[in-house]
Amino acid sequence: MSEPVLALEGLTVTFGSARGTARVVDGVDWAVHPGQTLAVVGESGSGKSMTVLSATGLAPRGAKVTGTVRLLGEELTAMSDADRRRARGRHIGFVYQDPMTSLNPVMTVGRQVSEACEEHLGMSKQEGRKRAVELLGLVGIPSPEERVDNYPHQFSGGMRQRVVIAMALANEPEVLIADEATTALDVTTQAQILELVAGLQERLGTAVVWITHDLGVVAGIADRVVVMYGGRIIEQGKVDDLFADPAHPYTQALLAARPQPGVRADRLLTIAGTPPLPTELPPGCAFWPRCPVRGDARCEHEEPPLVEVAPGHEVRSFYRADPAVTEERSA
Amino acid sequence: MGRFLVRRLAQSAVVLLGVTLVVFLLLQLVPGDPVRVALGTRFEQDTYDALRERAGLDRPLPVQYLSYVGNALTGDLGVSFRSGDPVTGIVLERLPATLTLAFFAVLFALLVSFPLGILSAVKNGSVLDHVARVFSQFGVSVPDFWMGILAIILFTGVLGWLPPSGYTPLGEDPVDWFKHLVLPSVTVGLVTAAILTRFIRSSVLEAMSEDYVRTAEGKGLSPRRVVTRHVLRNALIPVVTVAAVQLASLLGGVIVIEVLFAWPGLGQLTFDAVRARDYPVLQGAVLLVAALFLLTNLLVDLLYAKLDPRISVR
Ligand SMILES: Nc1ncnc2c1ncn2[C@@H]1O[C@H](COP(=O)(O)OP(=O)(O)OP(=O)(O)O)[C@@H](O)[C@H]1O
Ligand SMILES: [Mg+2]
Repeated sequence: MSEPVLALEGLTVTFGSARGTARVVDGVDWAVHPGQTLAVVGESGSGKSMTVLSATGLAPRGAKVTGTVRLLGEELTAMSDADRRRARGRHIGFVYQDPMTSLNPVMTVGRQVSEACEEHLGMSKQEGRKRAVELLGLVGIPSPEERVDNYPHQFSGGMRQRVVIAMALANEPEVLIADEATTALDVTTQAQILELVAGLQERLGTAVVWITHDLGVVAGIADRVVVMYGGRIIEQGKVDDLFADPAHPYTQALLAARPQPGVRADRLLTIAGTPPLPTELPPGCAFWPRCPVRGDARCEHEEPPLVEVAPGHEVRSFYRADPAVTEERSA
Repeated sequence: MGRFLVRRLAQSAVVLLGVTLVVFLLLQLVPGDPVRVALGTRFEQDTYDALRERAGLDRPLPVQYLSYVGNALTGDLGVSFRSGDPVTGIVLERLPATLTLAFFAVLFALLVSFPLGILSAVKNGSVLDHVARVFSQFGVSVPDFWMGILAIILFTGVLGWLPPSGYTPLGEDPVDWFKHLVLPSVTVGLVTAAILTRFIRSSVLEAMSEDYVRTAEGKGLSPRRVVTRHVLRNALIPVVTVAAVQLASLLGGVIVIEVLFAWPGLGQLTFDAVRARDYPVLQGAVLLVAALFLLTNLLVDLLYAKLDPRISVR
């Protein structure tokens, strides 16, 4: 297999506060390869955003980040702030959740798209503008020559997200990180954006990290899936393996909770309880308090290790759960 | 744009008309006879009648008001009860001194508040931030005339660096002109500077936490570019509005401070006119200050529309 474009090893993010340390991300390892899509799934607060933000030097103030992050083989975590910033701008593109707020309201979309080319590729203003027109066309914005001078408020939500994608692609990045990129959009627009990204990925060979809590999306686009819970990876594997043969009770419950054609919404499973606060993580498995299975006595007091259950398929559990049991007990 | 201007100018005219009416009615409520005050204790009945007639005070009130407005439209604001000189000339003569003071007060306020407010937000929690916060707390809580008195005591009494009060025209002696200008303009500008510093700080802080700033950081722009291109442009839009309101209260401050520093501007003139019951002069001065105020607001609105593309000026 080729070298990974972006690889995380033991990434840990903590916040010190009066009520103790919050471990928001704990020892996360994953990698994306050229042209591949890695999906990161998990409930709200499981640390998905924090993982990618901290990995790329965008952690909020007060975050303590440890671990190793490699971008195109270079150790991002060992670089100076300025070098990391340049590497990020040159090789990574970001697409964020809410296109209504992620664009600067007082700058033309053209300027927002071309800005990164001027900063990192040394383009002049005219070259940047030409590039912006080209990119806006590429992401499917009609009459880009005119739209390039418009402001964000002159676009609809879906069109804005296209602008954000154009912006993310400005420097032909090797990796695109999309954090809930379709969550704020309606279903039709969502499908269009997914199709757009898939098409661009095929043409440009970009690696994609797709963060979502929508497993329905994952099945269609991902090569590999990472499932996070309480800041840790609890299961990861190839998408087909993970969907066909989920090994962790949490993954099994998530899959059973996924809306599917032919299943009535009120028959869907929900996982009782709420995810743990990062300041109050249980001593053992983070999922233990909500776990319908609790298949091993050690789960409550001892953190389970990540073990390989099949080639490339890892689970953080002392045992291998039976999906039928999980479903039956959670219903 | 043209239509916007016309509409705003028409609105301003209506407001000015309102100002004349309010001032006119208020003056009717003040007890005492201005002509009597103007003439002193000993005067001939004939002189009294002549003056009353010349000032038009013998006519019914609505007629008085309408003729005042009619004359004002032609630039005639009546004559002073005290000196008999045309009011228009008297107030226009005082205008440059007030404008100078207001201009330097605003300049001082902007030069202090912008760097201080921005740096204090960008370097949130630093020593500079603490200094800025103490400064704005102090500036907001101490009244300007009190600050003026303290400044006179310190810079004139103790240090002897600056003259306590008075005015030298620029053409006569630029150095002396400036020395006289420093204390009053800093005193007037300080409160505005304090309020603006505080507001700019919070506005910049708020803008820095916006999603589009994270977007800009994601692009790998230098921190400086992120602040100048993305944070400031957004943060300063609300600042413009607050600055406009501050400008209005600064005009109020100018009046008090002109009296304190014996600055020969409209404030001083207003104060003297009140004491002498020189109503035409008082009316003229108030009208001019109101016009200045409306003009500033109009300029601020235009600036606002220029800064924020979401507002269309039509
Ligand atoms: N500045 C901060 N200080 C302390 N804790 C923080 C801070 N920012 C985020 N957190 C915590 O980090 C945890 C992980 O947040 P993160 O945004 O990564 O979750 P997420 O998985 O992306 O969730 P969502 O699906 O809602 O986006 C949350 O529990 C959150 O409370
Ligand atoms: Mg998130």
